[in-house]
Amino acid sequence: MLLSVENLVVKYGNIEALHGLSFHVEKGEIVTLIGANGAGKTTTLHSVMRLPPPEAPRVVSGDIRYQGESILKTQPHVLVDQLHMALVPEGRHIFGNLTVEENLQLATYARKNDSRIKHDFERVYSLFPRMAERRLQRSEQLSGGEQQMLAIGRALMTDCEFIMLDEPSMGLAPLLMYDVFRTLKRLNAEGLTILLIEQNANIALQFAHRGYVLDTGEIVAKGTSAELAADPEVKKAYLGG
Amino acid sequence: MQRLTVPLLLLATLAGLVLAAKLGWIDLYVQTTLMFLCINIIMATSLNLINGYMGEFSCGHAGFMAVGAYVSSLLSVALFTSSATFGEPLLPPSLALLGLPLCLLAGGVAAALAGLLVAFPSFRTRGDYLAIITLAANYIIISLVENLDVIGGARGFMGMKKVLNNMEEVAGLPWMVIWTFVGTVFCVWILQRYIRSSMGKGVMAVCQDEIAAEIMSVNTNQVKLTAFLLSSGLAGVAGGLFAHVVGYVNPQAFNILKSTEAMVMVYLGGMGSLTGSILSAGLMTVLLEVLRPLQIIKWVAIPLLLIILMQFRPEGIMGNRELGDLFPKLKKYYRFK
Repeated sequence: MLLSVENLVVKYGNIEALHGLSFHVEKGEIVTLIGANGAGKTTTLHSVMRLPPPEAPRVVSGDIRYQGESILKTQPHVLVDQLHMALVPEGRHIFGNLTVEENLQLATYARKNDSRIKHDFERVYSLFPRMAERRLQRSEQLSGGEQQMLAIGRALMTDCEFIMLDEPSMGLAPLLMYDVFRTLKRLNAEGLTILLIEQNANIALQFAHRGYVLDTGEIVAKGTSAELAADPEVKKAYLGG
Repeated sequence: MQRLTVPLLLLATLAGLVLAAKLGWIDLYVQTTLMFLCINIIMATSLNLINGYMGEFSCGHAGFMAVGAYVSSLLSVALFTSSATFGEPLLPPSLALLGLPLCLLAGGVAAALAGLLVAFPSFRTRGDYLAIITLAANYIIISLVENLDVIGGARGFMGMKKVLNNMEEVAGLPWMVIWTFVGTVFCVWILQRYIRSSMGKGVMAVCQDEIAAEIMSVNTNQVKLTAFLLSSGLAGVAGGLFAHVVGYVNPQAFNILKSTEAMVMVYLGGMGSLTGSILSAGLMTVLLEVLRPLQIIKWVAIPLLLIILMQFRPEGIMGNRELGDLFPKLKKYYRFK
């Protein structure tokens, strides 16, 4: 098991946001967490990644294990640098003032004297040819879809083996959205493990191997994507009948 | 040649200054103004690291200056002169020549440690809240000094002139002019090195988006810690120089007004531009002297100038550009690394 979350209880102040959540991700999988607004999807990611305050939710009980070891006390930059985890956060959080290339360069901050950096640049530019075209443009001038590509490309530049994406489809035109998902599928085929948080259950279940359905801080259904897509309850609540 | 331009220019300037002072071409007033200019350059550039490059709002920079001023003065007076406070000199007074820079450095180190007062809270707070903490640090340091009667308390501390006299006895050169100039070059050079390093990239990442920085493997706490230590340490060096130039320190010289002065220079010059800070430090120092005949009206004229400048050029004189960005052709002729 690459990532396993066990009985996770998380609070924001006095409000319990997750009530004993359990799920796991195997190496090489695409797993999706789907659910409506406020179901606790982003909270789950922020708990795994231990983002700095005030965003960091407080883990009250339960455990998060990565490659068998608890990462509850590990700082985010260590997760990225040493455990090769990556996060593409909601709202992308790219460095708007910097050019596309500078954004990608910053992602190699902790990778000193790594001879593969050059190769990784070429890989990102071949995955997203648009990024190569806009290499020297300030990234705040990119369109929403391009910014999403940059956010994913930047995560790849940290030399990640496991990537978590928070609503990559948000604000994207359907065509672009499929583009992004096809790229993710291709990366998965090259060995990248993916945890995908999505509100758009339709597309998430098309691309993921397995899925969990989250509702108000609890997992209400799980199974392979095909099983979930066929589940009448899930269909009714999340897939539009 | 490109590599040598800046050192040669700086050496020539220093030699020119020393010669001019020695031969009496510039009087003590001009010398003192030039030294204040240098000290202001250190204050503005070091504060720019926090307020400009890292995007925090520190308004207690003079507090660290006070720490540096007091620690280096106490050290130099205790080591090299006989004084009422410390008695006989601990080292031969003639050693002051070499000892003074070390005292200044020690003041810088002490100020850097005082910077921890702000650095640790910065891990968890930012923006307005951190600004209040920096303000509090400024007040804490001043009232601490005011209530330490051993070092003069509110009356202040003096005796540094004797150290300077000792130095001049060994060799009759304007030593403070030399050390202030060298100190300024040293501080700006260190800042430049830091900002161009990979840690400096981290500072800019923290400035833009702390969360994104952290998930891009930037150790944001380490970045903040080093930036605050460096910035307050250099302010300490500036304080030490200030104390020895004036020959007398008192705690109220380092109150919030002094911090504000440094802040004005940062915003006037442009956030994220060392060249800008150097220019604005020069401009402010000279302007304050030139407008001296206006007396009290000076304090209306200068703020008014600031308001007008901010209205028409809110990004400051240089914005976030450096000399090389403004005149790309110049880059061929110099390198400052």
